Amino acid sequence: MTNRLGYAVGRMLLYLCMAALLFAIFAPLYWLFVSSISTRAELLNVPPHWFPQEPTLQNYIDILAPTEAASRASTDFRFALGNSIYVASIVTLISLVFGSIAAYAFARLTFPFRQTGLYLYLSVRMLPAISLVIPLYVILRDASLLNSTTALILVYLSFTLPFVIYIMVTFFESIPRELEDAARVDGCSRFGVLWRIILPISAPGLVAAGVFAFLLSWDEFFYALLFTSTPIAKTVPVALAEFTGRNAADYPAQSAAAMLALIPPVLLVLIFQRFIVSGLTSGAVKG
Amino acid sequence: MNAGASQSRTSGLAFGERRLAFWLILPALVLTIGLIFVPLVTTIVYSFYDANLARLNRADFILFEHYQSFLRDAAFWNSIARTSYFTFVSVGIELVLGIAIALLIEQKRKLFGWRFLRVAILIPWAVPTIVTGAMWRWIYAADYGALNGLLLQLGVIDRYVPWLVDPMRAMNLVILADVWHSVPFVVLLISAALVSLPEDLYEAAGIDGASGWQRFIHITLPLLRPAILVVLVIRSVEAFRVFDLIYIMTRGGPVNGTMVISYLTYQKTFSDLKVGEGSALSFLVSAFTLFLAFVYVRLLYSKND
Repeated sequence: MTNRLGYAVGRMLLYLCMAALLFAIFAPLYWLFVSSISTRAELLNVPPHWFPQEPTLQNYIDILAPTEAASRASTDFRFALGNSIYVASIVTLISLVFGSIAAYAFARLTFPFRQTGLYLYLSVRMLPAISLVIPLYVILRDASLLNSTTALILVYLSFTLPFVIYIMVTFFESIPRELEDAARVDGCSRFGVLWRIILPISAPGLVAAGVFAFLLSWDEFFYALLFTSTPIAKTVPVALAEFTGRNAADYPAQSAAAMLALIPPVLLVLIFQRFIVSGLTSGAVKG
Repeated sequence: MNAGASQSRTSGLAFGERRLAFWLILPALVLTIGLIFVPLVTTIVYSFYDANLARLNRADFILFEHYQSFLRDAAFWNSIARTSYFTFVSVGIELVLGIAIALLIEQKRKLFGWRFLRVAILIPWAVPTIVTGAMWRWIYAADYGALNGLLLQLGVIDRYVPWLVDPMRAMNLVILADVWHSVPFVVLLISAALVSLPEDLYEAAGIDGASGWQRFIHITLPLLRPAILVVLVIRSVEAFRVFDLIYIMTRGGPVNGTMVISYLTYQKTFSDLKVGEGSALSFLVSAFTLFLAFVYVRLLYSKND
């Protein structure tokens, strides 16, 4: 009897922990959402209105279809959204192509310095951006590439490429060699094997690596802050930081921008959660 | 390419393979050398010069002078201390919370809604870092923030508190934002390790009458060691170079209370334009993170063997 009671109390405690956890995850996001559909006047209430009494989409309209009345930060934000989508997509594409063919060589072929090269790629992950940023800045300045999306695409490859290689090497190593050998015996060329056999079964690995490359590029702030200065090239994180002006921040507008900034990565993660878990764990255990 | 590669298992194969490998790796290699190794070496070279971003070509060679002056510089050591505090506290909390949450999700008698929790926990990790910082800054806002509103309604405080004005408190609140953002990553890695643990060990322990806590200490924790090591290395290295959250939440303030080493380097280089000094600092950050990773690996592996 006491045993069963103890068990019930234990379960209750676990459910309490779970409730606290869900609150911790969602309460901050809920407040961000409420702020994004509130008017500036309503947000000044003390204590705050947890449910907005006059919800409005004006903050979103100011960003997506701005009129004269919208603030500079709001009107510029849609360019930032465009830049971020463009940069992240191109970076993902390039790092997938170059990263996965390099990873195939590391996983399957024998050549001098194979192991050393692989370790170098793994350790690149430990390098902070700050140790590369000054020379990169000088190079880009001398090449007149500052304040361009091209500069960001190039620089972002420096961290997406090792990551893609990292994930794809583990993935290729998990594919049985017999599959390729059988195709080779059947007269398929090395390149044919890569194209007809390896590529199709690598889809899950490529998806995981691609999602990571996109997320990393979308999230990147430091390089974008230093290398861009106008709406031509500014990305979402930089544009978002600009709502926080010298004086008080325009919180409703910033909240709407923040919501727009978090929707693409959150959707990606929710849609591809299975791939992300496998990609992250396979890559991490390897390191 | 085909002719060399399609001969089977002869010396011609090895040669064809090398050539194929070379071409496959070349694009990635060129990008890596140009974007990582050249800049890295250049950073080290800059650090030996008294260089200024405005007039890079006329810099004096001073060898280790920057490094020597850091050793005597209180601002540098304070910054290292704050960065270490941030790293130890945030990674420590993230590890404990991450293991606890992973155990909650992956325990044998599943809770109702555990699948939902397992997906929901990914969301904070998916939220971009700058969004996380902006969101928490707004929650902590002195005049109209949600934290003040909530605590006032719960009766914990009797008037609004300007949270980010006290240096130590500001640091701890940035850590809270970092914990919110990074715990999911820990949960992800630890859960994956938990799922793959051998079932029979627990059954044996159950027969021997080991309590839940004993099983956790003597079976689960030792088996989780590799996963914990990976988490510690990756998270510490990331935490030690924290920049985004500091930039958006506190800009190193108040009174340098959150002046971590990355932010100090950023200021020296791009506000004061002292490229030489900034390069020396950033090289120290890299060296220190590598050292950190090395220490962890040695510590955890030597205990294991």
